[in-house]
Amino acid sequence: MHSAFDPASPQAHLIASLWWWMLGVGGTIWIIVIATMFYVSFTKHRHREPDDPQHVSEATHRRMERAVIAAGLVTVLVLTVFLGFDYSVGHALAQHPQRALTINVTGHQWWWEAEYEDPDPSKRITTANEIHVPVGQPVQFKLRAADVIHSFWVPNLNGKRDLIPGYVSSQWFRADTAGVYRGQCAEFCGLQHAKMALYIVAEPPAKFAAWMAAAAQSPPPPADSARLYGQRVFLSSGCAVCHTIGGTQAQAFVGPPLTHLKSRATIAAGTLTNTRANLMGWITNPQAIKPGVRMPAYPLTPLQLEALVDYLETLK
Amino acid sequence: MQNHHEPVVPAGTALSDEDVAREAAALEEVWHGRSGFWGWLTSVDHKSIGKRYIVTAFAMFLAGGILAAMMRTQLMRPENTLLGPDRYNQIFTTHGTTMMFLFAVPIMTAMGTYFVPLMVGARSIAFPRANAFGYWTYFVGVVFLYVSLIANTGPDTGWFAYVPLSGPQYAPGHRVDVWAQVVTFTEIAALVAAVNIIVTTFKMRSPGMSLNRLPLFVWAQLVVSFMIVFAMPAVATGSTLMLAEDRAVNTHWFNPAEGGDALLWQHVFWFFGHPEVYIIFLPALGFITPIVETFARRKVFGYTALVMSNITTAFFAFGLWVHHMFATPIPELGQSLFTAASMLIAIPTGIQIFCWLATLWAGRPEFRVPLLFVLGFIFTFVNGGITGVMLASVAFDKQAHDTFFVVAHLHYVLIGGGVMPLFGAFYFWFPKITGRMLDETLGKVNFWLFLIGVNVAFFPMHVLGLEGMPRRVYTYLSSTGWGPLNLVSTIGAYVIALSVVVFLVNVIKSWIGGEAAGHNPWNSSGLEWATSSPPPPYNFVHVPVTTSRHPLWDTDVHLPVMTGLRSDRREVLITTTFDARPDHRHEDPEPSIWPLYLALCMGLTFIGSIFSPYLVLVGLGASLPGLLAWAWQSLNSHRGPDRVAAPDVLAETT
Repeated sequence: MHSAFDPASPQAHLIASLWWWMLGVGGTIWIIVIATMFYVSFTKHRHREPDDPQHVSEATHRRMERAVIAAGLVTVLVLTVFLGFDYSVGHALAQHPQRALTINVTGHQWWWEAEYEDPDPSKRITTANEIHVPVGQPVQFKLRAADVIHSFWVPNLNGKRDLIPGYVSSQWFRADTAGVYRGQCAEFCGLQHAKMALYIVAEPPAKFAAWMAAAAQSPPPPADSARLYGQRVFLSSGCAVCHTIGGTQAQAFVGPPLTHLKSRATIAAGTLTNTRANLMGWITNPQAIKPGVRMPAYPLTPLQLEALVDYLETLK
Repeated sequence: MQNHHEPVVPAGTALSDEDVAREAAALEEVWHGRSGFWGWLTSVDHKSIGKRYIVTAFAMFLAGGILAAMMRTQLMRPENTLLGPDRYNQIFTTHGTTMMFLFAVPIMTAMGTYFVPLMVGARSIAFPRANAFGYWTYFVGVVFLYVSLIANTGPDTGWFAYVPLSGPQYAPGHRVDVWAQVVTFTEIAALVAAVNIIVTTFKMRSPGMSLNRLPLFVWAQLVVSFMIVFAMPAVATGSTLMLAEDRAVNTHWFNPAEGGDALLWQHVFWFFGHPEVYIIFLPALGFITPIVETFARRKVFGYTALVMSNITTAFFAFGLWVHHMFATPIPELGQSLFTAASMLIAIPTGIQIFCWLATLWAGRPEFRVPLLFVLGFIFTFVNGGITGVMLASVAFDKQAHDTFFVVAHLHYVLIGGGVMPLFGAFYFWFPKITGRMLDETLGKVNFWLFLIGVNVAFFPMHVLGLEGMPRRVYTYLSSTGWGPLNLVSTIGAYVIALSVVVFLVNVIKSWIGGEAAGHNPWNSSGLEWATSSPPPPYNFVHVPVTTSRHPLWDTDVHLPVMTGLRSDRREVLITTTFDARPDHRHEDPEPSIWPLYLALCMGLTFIGSIFSPYLVLVGLGASLPGLLAWAWQSLNSHRGPDRVAAPDVLAETT
C-alpha cells in the first residue's frame, strides 16, 4: 500500500515500467563492466607484454584503442536511447487533463490540509490527512505550503511534487484501482517530518459521491448533556484556537479540521489509529507521541477529558 | 614540438656524492623551520601543513562516521527511541556538513597541498603562508562546529539548509548561524588551497614539465581548483551573505511574504552543491592513474583522453544543478535540458574507467592493497554511476528524489568514487609521508571489510527508497514494513566501522614500527618518488629536470637535475606557464605566526557576526596588525625576483 513498485495509476505505471527497463539495462551494464574488470585483472592473455612499462607493442595499443572507443560509443548509444525513452515518459506525464476534480492541498508543519474546489464557496469541503478520490477519474492537486517546504508524494499513484511557500505547484493522477494508498512528506520540514503521513482513499464514484455528500454536512449538535459539556470543553479550553468544527464557532486552521474526525482512520497525520484510547492519549500528551508538534498538552481533568472525547466521537 | 624546449644535459657533468651532501647540508640549514611547539605553530612547510590537514580531515571522517553509526543505530528498528527528533536532526545535519565540508573537500585539497609541489618537482608551494592560513581557518571551522554540536547548538536544518526552514522565522536561535559560518570557513580554506595549487602548477613546475607532461594527479587537482574558484563564491553569496543577512539584519532575500524567493536559495546552493560532488570525485580519480600504472606496470592508456575527460567533467558539472530540483515547480522544458546534461557527464567518466581497464589489460596487475581499492572503486562506483543516470530522468527522479534511494546513490558515488580511491591513496603514499610501509595483511582485511560493509549498508537503501521511505526521518512506523532492510543496513554500517578501526590500527602500528620504505618502494614513476621518504623540508636537493611523463621510468639510472639555485636562502625556481622553461628565481617566505593569528581573527569576525555586528568590527580591527606584520615580513625578506634566462647548469645525479 506504500510503494513505487506497486503502481495503481497510469502515471505510476509509466514510471514503474521506465524503472524496470532502467534496472534491466543498467544492471546488465554493471555486470559487463565488472566482468570486464575481472577479466582484464585475472586472466592471462596471449598478448601480455614483458614486465617493462616502456614496451607496449603496436598491436596491443591498437587493441586497447579499439576497445576503449567501442565502449565509449556503446555508452553514447545507450544514453541516447535512454534519453529518448525518458523524454517520451516525461511527455506523457506532462499531459494534464482538461477537466478534473481539483483539490487544493496545503502543507503545514506537520499535517496536510485538503480543500475540494467548487465554484460555490459554500460547497467547498475541507479535510485533513485522508484525501478521498474517485476511481477512474483524473484528480488534479494544487499544492501550496503554509510555512516551510513540504513534498506531496504517494508512490503508488505518482511521483512527488514540492510545496514551496510563494509558489503553487500541481500534480495529478488517475487512480485505477480502489484502495488506500499511503504517502509521506518527502522534503525535510523540521522536527516531525518523519510523522507527516497522508492517505489517498480511492473509491468507486458512487461511494465517493456519498462521502462528498456526508463531508459537506455539519455534524449534528450534541444530543445529550455529557456531549454538550464536551463541546463546551472543546470551545473553552483552547482547542478552538487551532481547530475547526463545522457548525460551531471553532473555525481555525492551525491544526487539522475536526468536523468529521471519526470518519478518518488515523489521527496525528497517520501516526495513530483513530481509537478512543489513542485520542485520549494524544490530547493528554501529544509531545510524547510527536515531540515538537505544534499542539500543546492541555491540563484537563479526567471528567473533562472523558466528556471531550465523548463529544469528538460524535463527529462522524 | 615537445622536443623543442627539451633541456640538454651536458655530458660529463655528473654531480659527485660530495656535491650532493654539501648542497643538502646547506639547504637543511636554510629550510629547516624552528623546532618544538612554536615551530609547529609557525610552520609554512607545505608537507607539514598538508600532513596536519590530512590528519584533521581524517579525524572529521571519523567524527562524521560516528554520527552515521548513531543514525543507523536509531533507524535499526521502527519507532526506536534512542534519539529524539531534535538530536537526530542535529546529527544528520552535522554528519552531512562534516562529510562534505570538513572531510571530503579538505582531504582532497590536503592531498594536493602535500603532493602537488613534490609531483611537479618544486621546493615549495606557491604561497606557503597563505597555505598555513587556509589550514588554520579550516581548523577554526572544525572546532566551532563540534563545540556547537556538543553544546546542543548543532545545525539542524540539513547540510543544504533550505529556506524558509533555515530562515529566521522557523529556525530561531543560533543553530543555522553555526552552519552558515562553518561553511564560510571551509569556503575560505578551499579557495586558498585552490589558488595555491593553480599557481604552483602553472608557475613552479620542474624545467621541461610542459603541460602535456603534467601527471594526471596534478591535472585533476588543477581542474578541481578551477572548479572551486567558480563554485565556492555561489555558496558564499548564498550562506554568508544572503542567508546570514536574512537572519541577522532582517533582509528578505528568501522571504516570499516580502517579495523574496524561497527557490532562489536552492539555485544558489546547488550551483555550488553539484560541482562540489565533482570537486570530491575528480581528485580521487587523480589518485587512480598512478596506482593503476604502478601496479599494472604499464603507462596509462589514453593520457589525452583522461585529461580531456577531467576538463569536460568539470565543465558539465556546472550544468547539472537543477537535477536536485526536479520536484520543484520549474518548467518541464528547462528540466529536460538538465536531464540531458546529467546523462552527458556519464560519458567522460565512463571513458576514464575504460582507459584504466585497458591499462590493466595490457599490463601485469600485481594485487597490492592500493590496486584492490581501485578495483573496489570500480565495483562500487559504477553502481552509483548507473543509479545516477537513472536519477537524471525527471519522471523516475520524482519517485526517487528525497528518498533512501538517493541516500544509497550518493553513498555509492561518494564512498565508491571518493573514499575507496582515498584509501588506495593512503596505502600508496603513506610510505612517502612517513617513510614506512602500511601492513599488507591488515590492509587486505581493511579492504574486504570495507567493500562488504559499504554494499551491505547501502544496497538495501535502494529498495527502501522505492518502498516509500523518505530521507531525513528520525524514525518510521512498524506498519511501513521498512524494519528488516533497515536492520541489514545498520549491520553493514557496523562492518564499515570495523574496517575503519582495522585501518587505524594499521596506521598506528605501521607508523611506529612499519617496514622502512626507502625512496621508491613501489618502483613508481612520478617525481615525488625521486626524493627521500619523508621528503626533506626543501623537497629535492637539486631541482629535477623532466623529459617525459614518467620521469623515473624513462630515465634509466640518472635523473637529470638543474643546479644554480642559491642554497643560502629559501629560493625556488619559477618556470613558464606552458612549457616550464626556467624563468626566474623567487625567495620563499620564512616561518611565520601571522597565518595562525589572522585565522583566529577571521574566526572572531565570522563567529562574532552571529552575536553582534560590532564583533565584526572588533575582528577586522584585530586582523589589521596581523596583515601589516605579514606584509612587513614580506618586505623585509623579499628582495624581488632574480631573472634567469636559462638554468645555470644542468647536471645528473643518481
